[in-house]
Amino acid sequence: MDSFTPVASTLGGLLIGVAAAGLLLFHGRIAGISGIAGGIFRREPGDIAWRVMFLVGLFTAGVVWSAFFPLDYAFEIDRSTAALVVAGLTVGVGTQLGSGCTSGHGVCGIGRLSKRSTVATISFMATAAITVFIVNELLGGSI
Amino acid sequence: MKIKIGAFLGGLVFGIGLAIAGMTQPAKIVGFFDFFGSWDPSLGFVMGGALLVYTPVYRWAVRTWQHPIWAPKFSLPTRNDIDGRLIVGSAIFGIGWGLGGYCPGPAFTSVGAGSLEALTFCGAMLAGVGLYQVFMRGRENRTGEPADRQAAAMIDG
Repeated sequence: MDSFTPVASTLGGLLIGVAAAGLLLFHGRIAGISGIAGGIFRREPGDIAWRVMFLVGLFTAGVVWSAFFPLDYAFEIDRSTAALVVAGLTVGVGTQLGSGCTSGHGVCGIGRLSKRSTVATISFMATAAITVFIVNELLGGSI
Repeated sequence: MKIKIGAFLGGLVFGIGLAIAGMTQPAKIVGFFDFFGSWDPSLGFVMGGALLVYTPVYRWAVRTWQHPIWAPKFSLPTRNDIDGRLIVGSAIFGIGWGLGGYCPGPAFTSVGAGSLEALTFCGAMLAGVGLYQVFMRGRENRTGEPADRQAAAMIDG
């Protein structure tokens, strides 16, 4: 538990909640990152600009914040390029098939008291835990 | 124009929240699921903090607001049934999340921070999203009806 950050994580969580609530109040949209990104590929007229701008904002946050706090983006787990590619592909396909990710199901969906999102969150939490167990306990933390 | 600035600001605040919360460090994601090693409960506090704000705001807005400030209507998920796609898709996502330590939000914002690992992950992720969307559209064209009714209507998040 050496890296446990309850105060910073709660504060960051509150900010995430504010951003998601803002998108709902101002634009009437669910702040699910995979849904926002996936919608760009559907190319519906008039439905693309806000998605792109949200992702540009997310990207800009990384540009600006990392200038002051580069360690907040440290990659300290042992993963090969192949493992990262497989991880990215499964996250890409899985979030589209399951219509949501941590933000869409885990925050907005549970916040809406949605049964679907609660089930989805349990599902991805369970397989994430199994995957981490296999990598950390059976493969020694490196893949 | 203001709608686009609003979406930009939403993404900006979301990304800064992720960084402050520690969610842009894959070690903290993996740590949350490392029950047999050095467990890091931080992710639970992030979700708790976000829900503390979002849950009451959502209830208040959908009950009392006629429409959002800059849009004619709320675009919200309507489905309530549990299907195989939801469970299997989410399960596939969880495997990648545990493997790479990134979910879509932290991955995007970490690319902005110049992380090469995030760039590799994000490239593959967008390929996965694109492959899925192209496959679904191909199926629609063959059957002549939306195969992906859920995405065609409204996705969950």
